[in-house]
Amino acid sequence: MIQGSNMAECHPVGFGWVMEAKRRGAKIIHVDPRFTRTSAVADIHVPLRAGSDIAFLGALVNYIISNDLYFRDYVVNYTNAPVILSEDFRDTDDLDGLFSGWDPSKGRYSSASWQYEGADVFPASGQREAEAPDGGGGVRRLVQDSGERDTSLQHPRCVFQVVKKHYARYTPEVVESVCGVPRDLFLEVAEQLCANSGRERTSAFCYAVGWTQHSIGVQYIRAASIVQLLLGNIGRPGGGILALRGHASIQGSTDIPTLYNLLPGYLPMPKAANDTSLETYISLNASPTGWWSQLPRYIVSLLKAYFGDAATPDNDFCYDYLPRLTGDHSHMSTVADMADGKLRGYFVMGENPTVGSMHGALHRKGLRKLEWLVVRDFAPTETAEFWRDAPEIARGEVEPTDIATEVFFFPCAAHTEKDGSFTNTQRMLQWHHAAVPPPGDCRSELHFLYHLGTRLKRLYAGSADPKDRPLLDLTWDYPTSGAHDEPDAEAVLAEVNGFRVADRAPVASFTELADDGSTACGCWIYSGSRAGGVNQTARRVPAGEQSWVAPEWGWAWPANRRLLYNRASADPEGRPWSERKRYVWWDEDERRWVGHDVPDFIPDRPPSYRPDGDSTGIDTISGNSPFVMQSDGKGWLFAPNGLLDGPLPTHYEPQESVVDNELYPQRCNPARMEWRRRDNPYHRAFDDQRFPYAITTYRLTEHHTAGGMSRWLSWLSELQPELFCEVSPELASERGLVNGGWATITTARGEIETRVLVTRRVPSLRVRGRTVHQIGLPYHWGGKGLVVGDAVNELIGFVADPNVSIQESKALTGDIAPGRRSRNRRVVTSGALAPAADGPARDLPAAEGHAGAHGSKAAESREGDA
Amino acid sequence: MSRDDRTGLVARWPFLQQLIGGDRSAFGSTAYSRRTSAIRARTAEADQVVASVCPYCAVGCGQSVYVKSGRIIDIEGDPDSPVSRGRLCPKGAATFQLVTGAHRVSSVLYRRPHATEWETIPLETAMDMVAERVRRTREETWEETSDDGARVRRTLGFAHLGGATLDNEENYLIKKLFTALGAIQIENQARI
Repeated sequence: MIQGSNMAECHPVGFGWVMEAKRRGAKIIHVDPRFTRTSAVADIHVPLRAGSDIAFLGALVNYIISNDLYFRDYVVNYTNAPVILSEDFRDTDDLDGLFSGWDPSKGRYSSASWQYEGADVFPASGQREAEAPDGGGGVRRLVQDSGERDTSLQHPRCVFQVVKKHYARYTPEVVESVCGVPRDLFLEVAEQLCANSGRERTSAFCYAVGWTQHSIGVQYIRAASIVQLLLGNIGRPGGGILALRGHASIQGSTDIPTLYNLLPGYLPMPKAANDTSLETYISLNASPTGWWSQLPRYIVSLLKAYFGDAATPDNDFCYDYLPRLTGDHSHMSTVADMADGKLRGYFVMGENPTVGSMHGALHRKGLRKLEWLVVRDFAPTETAEFWRDAPEIARGEVEPTDIATEVFFFPCAAHTEKDGSFTNTQRMLQWHHAAVPPPGDCRSELHFLYHLGTRLKRLYAGSADPKDRPLLDLTWDYPTSGAHDEPDAEAVLAEVNGFRVADRAPVASFTELADDGSTACGCWIYSGSRAGGVNQTARRVPAGEQSWVAPEWGWAWPANRRLLYNRASADPEGRPWSERKRYVWWDEDERRWVGHDVPDFIPDRPPSYRPDGDSTGIDTISGNSPFVMQSDGKGWLFAPNGLLDGPLPTHYEPQESVVDNELYPQRCNPARMEWRRRDNPYHRAFDDQRFPYAITTYRLTEHHTAGGMSRWLSWLSELQPELFCEVSPELASERGLVNGGWATITTARGEIETRVLVTRRVPSLRVRGRTVHQIGLPYHWGGKGLVVGDAVNELIGFVADPNVSIQESKALTGDIAPGRRSRNRRVVTSGALAPAADGPARDLPAAEGHAGAHGSKAAESREGDA
Repeated sequence: MSRDDRTGLVARWPFLQQLIGGDRSAFGSTAYSRRTSAIRARTAEADQVVASVCPYCAVGCGQSVYVKSGRIIDIEGDPDSPVSRGRLCPKGAATFQLVTGAHRVSSVLYRRPHATEWETIPLETAMDMVAERVRRTREETWEETSDDGARVRRTLGFAHLGGATLDNEENYLIKKLFTALGAIQIENQARI
């Protein structure tokens, strides 16, 4: 099942394995608004309306449950289906599309009413401090496989029944009406998926940013999790929910985050309000049960890696050196602040946000207000040249001589000119070796950061100001070599891997890390990547000389496990569910878990193990709880904590939709992030006659994101030379669009021109009794490079998912007209493009005040035009 | 033409080779001429083959970088890789041009405030200038406490946005250095 992804075109070599599976009899189902090369080789292609996937997935849940097609033994033992929920929980059915716990005064949910009866549950990830107890009220302990459970799954308040009731309204008829998918086609998909799941068979979901870039994107993936847990498809070979990520080390950028809210290894950044000391940070972020009970070891080892000898037990290991968050400091919030003149400087490394991020004009407005900008890339990008190449400059609305920003462009080294590791989409680290030195003044980011750091240490040398201690105490002694004094990347990996402080001996695994300062580790989940002092990520035992799991190629986190949660590939007693799907199992003679992969479980914990009331930490993980990171060891059908927008995925319309929400009076995700500013106008919630068409965006095989690695190459540019839009023959006839001709596409944010491709690949759909036309747009172009074109993201405003602050760029509305763009204003930052139009409210009155709630200070900005 | 040459011609006659040489499909030895038999792949001339990874999407296809006399002469898929089995997609196959192409700029460019053109400046000078600006910005925007009095020890004066084709080791230094400087608006394509 491939949904929210065009795997054949965006991950062609990975897709080779899908084709191989097909050759062996696998059925391929592609659910996507467009008919692509993925659809062309799929057994079934399901065109659906962009932004309606939760209605589709919710109907799969309903189908699975109401037809008794769930994998009962898996569901009862490995998910939280039997758990009884608090009496206080109220579902969206009762509250017009809101869950219980909405606080109108704060404009956000409290998860207090979503809890298990008799136990507060700690989330493994996500918004772990969303419910920081006031006044130190402790988390009640959760004893696994005990407490209020009904393994018959009949109790009206058990998770299973709550899930069943929540999705009862997600019928095939609703799929037909909301998604535009004929019910028979939906039923065919449901039947195929269920027939291919169970003891003997497994099904996998593959998704990409077609699922994440929505104002309720996290819940798209949650919805798939529910389907896959009900069918027993998680932790088993051939199963899973596979995120097809788009960049060589985008997984690595999340693991060793350059993300505002995380420290390496998914440790939260401290929040000013709560995390006032190491002790409170640990008490609020470590879980009393499950694997996250180990957090103290990881944060202390990280502080030792950062601050070395300065970090001692007496000074909380320099915890106080860490800067604190006071809300959302994500990319879009930062750019909105920049546009309001609140920032002075900006580093952009290997990124081209005026093309690749939403609302390029707002980005450029921000860049114009900076004192200094540093861009590192192969050649000056649209971001590097915002001061002389942009729509507002072409039209004379902004003069380069009026822009005071100082801009530095540093040429970068290529991956072939430096050592380092990438982490691929399946968590595997692979080392690439420098083949040649970089030309001229090109340097690696490692070089830039290292030498910037040494310069700053010199500039601050001798300072007695306490604010400078973190920099002066920072460990920064990486060996350098060669004519350019290139730092040793493997020395950095050694710090990431972790070592014993006393003798700097590398640790073999995160299980060797301690919370007393005797170990240092830069990223606990990467611990083992340099076990034994050997760069495990550089291993390249040929595929043909090792097992099909290929454990000796590169190194996968955690602990070189290739398939996560693989304890679930065996039944509660530790036996493979079937011989056909044998993967990891309990060996009674050896008293250990064994198998084809590194078992994802405590190696010697027998399936029969049950914690008692006195157990703490990892001793609370029972022998039949495969999801060890979860505080209760179970896969969550219902998420009692950790999410800001509800415990169950619920269909809400995008911020801008062609139709009203059929299922609930609450139209949009009540917790979504909005930036209500004059330079970021929104269309009406639905049925905006000015912008009557649905728009979705996507990538092409021959280009890479914002084009920095493709639009400058003749080989690729020749293959895809020009921006185009895909429209159906019906839309073409409605608007007089001619294949191969020009069209102008507009939103309230911007205007672009494209070539027209009239094709049945983007079909018009029947939705809620009317015809919905969709416009497909690849978004790679900009004003620089060998092939130029308008940047599609000029059209898209700032709106985001509340959990992860990811923008909504896969479903919006706009207009299209034949011909090239006029000489009119093209960007809203120079003045309104369309008169303001009030429309129907997106939110129930109780939820209207949500926008400023989740950190979005910019939401209150009323800064004027330009 | 001598008799021997004629015998050689007959022996190389494709139809005969197909018939008695075991090359029934004619895609094997039959397809070679004298000239093509002598041709060798450019990669055979390499004096070094360096193991690498494709820098585009996250599938992580293996690449072999062929180097001759200190120059990259070709980049091919690595047949040993269990991920990609020697294959590369159009983008991956263009990696050679990405890393050796004439589009690459190799000196530091600087745009003064209000200027309409770039100028070239030395790398070391540029590094010094950036370090100085970081220090100045940090000094001018340092916050010990937030508006409501909570201890924050930070600067909101500068931010970072990184692409997701940087190495893990590079990301590690970015987060480490900027965190020590008190910057928190450290972001990445992974958010996007």
